[in-house]
Amino acid sequence: MMPRVSSGSIRLRLTTQLVVVAAVLSIVFVYSVWSVGKNTAETTQDKVLSAAAASIADALRTERGELVVDIPYSTFSMLEAISDDRIFYRIIVNGTTVTGYEDLPADPSLVDSRVPHFSNNVFVGEDVRTVAVKRSFSALGVPVDVVVFVAQTRAGYTRIASDVLSVAAWVGSGFFLFAIVLCLVASQSALRPLREVARAVERRGPEDLRPMRQLTPVEIAPLVSALNGFISRLESSLIRAEEFIADAAHCLRTPLAMIRTNAEIALRTTRSTPSRQALREILKAADESSRSTGQLLDHATVTFRSDNMKVERVDVVSLVADTIDRFEPVAEMKGIKLLSTPGRTTVDCRADPVLLRSALGNIIDNAIKYSPADSVIRVSTDLPLDRIRISVCDQGRGFGEKSCEMLTGRFTRGDNVEDIIGSGLGLTIVAKVVDSHQGELCIASNPEGAGTCVSIILPH
Amino acid sequence: MRFLLVEDNKRLSKAVATRLELDGHVVDDVSDIDTAETMLGVAEYDMILLDLMLPDGSGSDFLRSLRSKDNGTPVIVITARTELTDRVDTLDLGADDFLVKPFAFPELQARCRAVLRRKRGRSVNVAKLGNVAFDILDGTLTVNGQVVTLRNQELRLFEILFCAPQRIHSKAHLVDRLFSFGDSGSENAVEVYIARLRKKLRGSDLRLETLRGRGYRLSSNS
Repeated sequence: MMPRVSSGSIRLRLTTQLVVVAAVLSIVFVYSVWSVGKNTAETTQDKVLSAAAASIADALRTERGELVVDIPYSTFSMLEAISDDRIFYRIIVNGTTVTGYEDLPADPSLVDSRVPHFSNNVFVGEDVRTVAVKRSFSALGVPVDVVVFVAQTRAGYTRIASDVLSVAAWVGSGFFLFAIVLCLVASQSALRPLREVARAVERRGPEDLRPMRQLTPVEIAPLVSALNGFISRLESSLIRAEEFIADAAHCLRTPLAMIRTNAEIALRTTRSTPSRQALREILKAADESSRSTGQLLDHATVTFRSDNMKVERVDVVSLVADTIDRFEPVAEMKGIKLLSTPGRTTVDCRADPVLLRSALGNIIDNAIKYSPADSVIRVSTDLPLDRIRISVCDQGRGFGEKSCEMLTGRFTRGDNVEDIIGSGLGLTIVAKVVDSHQGELCIASNPEGAGTCVSIILPH
Repeated sequence: MRFLLVEDNKRLSKAVATRLELDGHVVDDVSDIDTAETMLGVAEYDMILLDLMLPDGSGSDFLRSLRSKDNGTPVIVITARTELTDRVDTLDLGADDFLVKPFAFPELQARCRAVLRRKRGRSVNVAKLGNVAFDILDGTLTVNGQVVTLRNQELRLFEILFCAPQRIHSKAHLVDRLFSFGDSGSENAVEVYIARLRKKLRGSDLRLETLRGRGYRLSSNS
């Protein structure tokens, strides 16, 4: 089942946040480079302008009480060397323009005598940068204030500023693109442990309830430990269920034994035919429930044990012989001969002997149950294609029309066995054992005529 | 046969004892290990039926101490708790076989006989009628000094008749005793076994009579 996806993707969120941070950083970078460039350009222009103004101011002198202005044209050529900007000047003496552009915006009152004063203005439809330098003289005992204004259009400055901006923008967007790639990689790798945990959970078999042991980053550790907690709760509830089945089977068995024994006693002592008939029915029912009880318990045990297999080296031949010994008295009661086809003396196999014995026991038990009296059941062990095959062939009635998959389902029985007591769990148990050993269960008609051959095929 | 039944559920143990006594066995039933050990000190048994869950300890401990004392009395463990591993373990501990509750008495009988046959030679318990000798414990029949093999059902039928000679056994009675109830036994099958038994008893001092409408009787010529 897919979980409900409601809170979006962590990766998308992480990537978005990282990208936003990268964008902010790129913008800050572009802006600061641009403003530093602009400042540098402005400062350069200001320095040149003030040097020009100062050289004009320095050339001022008084000759016999007259102020002489000598414009050093070399100054302008110096300014022109830097850029193609046009240069304007205006000299104001005691509030009266004495030379230069009379309409160049100028306010001598703002100008201090010590430091140059800068301002931005508009002149003849162009932005200009203006510097003002003030000098004070004394001509014939009269104080004279001279203010020199030098202005320059700002095309050079604007060009430098825009050049800087475009370089900064290129570098900034390059950085931004690179950052996006890094964000994607980072979010991918940050989420990798999460995907690994998911894969590890996915890879598990349906009955693998061991806790997860792989190393995980600190952030995922709570998730993994919550998962482990859940797994162990699940396992303990499974174990509880199995114990419950075992206890239930145990609690049922003793009363069933009471019913069975007393019914047998009654059957031996009564002479009334209807009572005998009733007692036989009671015995049959008791047998039926005791069989189901036993197989439920076996099923629970086999299920539990297939998850915790104790695999060891098992000699299949002697295991088969032991199981035959065990079932011989029961077979004999029906006059059935259990024959073991002589073959090899030992066949080694890696298996859980308890599970294997239980599977074989169930097959032989089935065979005895469905075989007619005075028939033969053959148990053989051979090694076809480097695998181990244990076959139990009877002369019974076969399994009818049902397929192998159907017969190994829980509580399913062949469709021709209504008159025989059975629970429908026997082959389920066998299939489970075979499955946990990566083996194969094969149900076929007996090649020698009537009957059935049930084979367990195990890897060598 | 003499049984020692060690089972803590008193009602069940009484029922099992009654059932065994109906088959002509002698049963001492005790409900704890302590009493069982006392009984073993004073009497010899042909078979011990042992429950594993007992009030004063585990049946497997009792079994282990019995075997360590070199007491070879056959033991069949009867248990209600049948973890698959239990079965293997009890056999490893020295039990000769085990049965899961509830069990059918014919199966108990068959298992007892199989165990006794395996442990043969320990005790001799042969009953004689004329030139026929029958070892009730392991079911060996000897006619005129010759061992006659009897298949299980024939053996059980013979045992029933042999233990109560001169008595008339109805067919219905024999069906109930011969077949466990999951199997479909029939009166016809009884007739088949009677016929086989008659053939095998040829030349002996025993006669198997058919009393029409009443049943069968084993009687001796001598």
